Amino acid sequence: MQEEPSQPIPTAAPESSSFRLVATLGLAGFFSGLVLVSAFLYTQPIIAANRAKALEQAIFRVLPGCTGFQTLELREGRLVALEKEAEEPKGGEEPRRIYAGYNEQEKLIGFAIPGEEPGYQDLVVALFGYNPTEKVIIGFEVLESKETPGLGDKIMKDAAFHANFEALAVEPAITVVKKGEKKKSNEIEAITGATISSKAVGRLLDKSMAGWRPLIEAYWKDYKKQDSE
Amino acid sequence: MNQPKSIESSRTAEEFLKGIWKENPVFVAVLGMCPTLAVTNTAINSLAMGLATTFVLFFSSLLVSSLRNVIPKQVRITTFIIIIATFVTVVDFMLAAIVPQVHKELGAFIALIVVNCLILGRQEAFASKHNIKLALADALGMSLGFTFALLCIGVVREILGSGSLFNISLFGAGFEPWVVMIMPPGGFFTLGFLLLFFNWLQKKRKEKAEGNRPGTQYEEAREFL
Repeated sequence: MQEEPSQPIPTAAPESSSFRLVATLGLAGFFSGLVLVSAFLYTQPIIAANRAKALEQAIFRVLPGCTGFQTLELREGRLVALEKEAEEPKGGEEPRRIYAGYNEQEKLIGFAIPGEEPGYQDLVVALFGYNPTEKVIIGFEVLESKETPGLGDKIMKDAAFHANFEALAVEPAITVVKKGEKKKSNEIEAITGATISSKAVGRLLDKSMAGWRPLIEAYWKDYKKQDSE
Repeated sequence: MNQPKSIESSRTAEEFLKGIWKENPVFVAVLGMCPTLAVTNTAINSLAMGLATTFVLFFSSLLVSSLRNVIPKQVRITTFIIIIATFVTVVDFMLAAIVPQVHKELGAFIALIVVNCLILGRQEAFASKHNIKLALADALGMSLGFTFALLCIGVVREILGSGSLFNISLFGAGFEPWVVMIMPPGGFFTLGFLLLFFNWLQKKRKEKAEGNRPGTQYEEAREFL
């Protein structure tokens, strides 16, 4: 006799031994672990490659003319160039990194620098390009933000706002002004209706620049010296 | 075998179809509201969430139904949760590998599929009590119904809130998007109107069915009294 599928099994389940309960959960956990580890091992290289590609594309966008880059890591107060296939550090503090961009003639043309700053909602994470010869910011891209759709999220795509970052001087300090009041090359014109998000971008650039600039200048000097030799 | 084949297959079809329309998890049972409201701001996000849920529900029901006589009653909920959480993590990895952009937008809501009451509900109420064939029909029907509902909301919200559908602009530059529709209140508005519509539809159908039955006037009068 086949069991009637339309009825829930009416008989009370037989009393299970404690061993059986523990064994069931143990086995479930074991097989779950097997499945998870295989899924992780299979997808991890693909996810890492995706991430590397996204980073590369962002670097090429904030550094116009850039065709290759090298990762620089902050170690003991100075910037150290990492090997192409450098091992990811395991645990510990997150390494602080910027990226040196090279053009087709393999000349260093600028640095791509990440930064983050609280916006109207949550952190705004961005990457920007810095040209050390002219001492200007030459490109800006938001990597992550949860700013209000239609208002604050204009910092991601608004063409007029992004025109601020074609040649934004970093000296004496980056300031944010109202729309139509930009007079000096170190001023960012805010987006109307998104002042808080615009100011967050200004602070992000200013803070990040202040932290990295001495290091970048030291690295740039070394590079110039080597290049002329 | 005391059941003819045709009855059995019609039963399977019935279990499949009920989730899509008659017992739709969102519009009728109002289950799984967290993803329904949170990630339906675009049609693509809705579709991705629907398919991810389909994957998890299908394979969880498959496992739970095939192991239903092995799992002791006392630890069944824990075991179901382990099974569901495993598939959710797998789907999380897969989305990150295949569609990183969508994965980034759905964010924490993929992990939250674990606590979608639709999935655990189907395991407890259906898959753990029925054979594999019926459990799979039920899982597929329910998850397609869920995907359909999410898409309904996502399409409306994206068209009104961004003026596009599946990222293709529909109205050109002259359209002023209703920004509120892609923000959280837009989810509540859209869901509210769709629930209204589905309830109206069901009421109509019920009235029609009752109108065709003899003796309804008497019953109505009795209900009224």
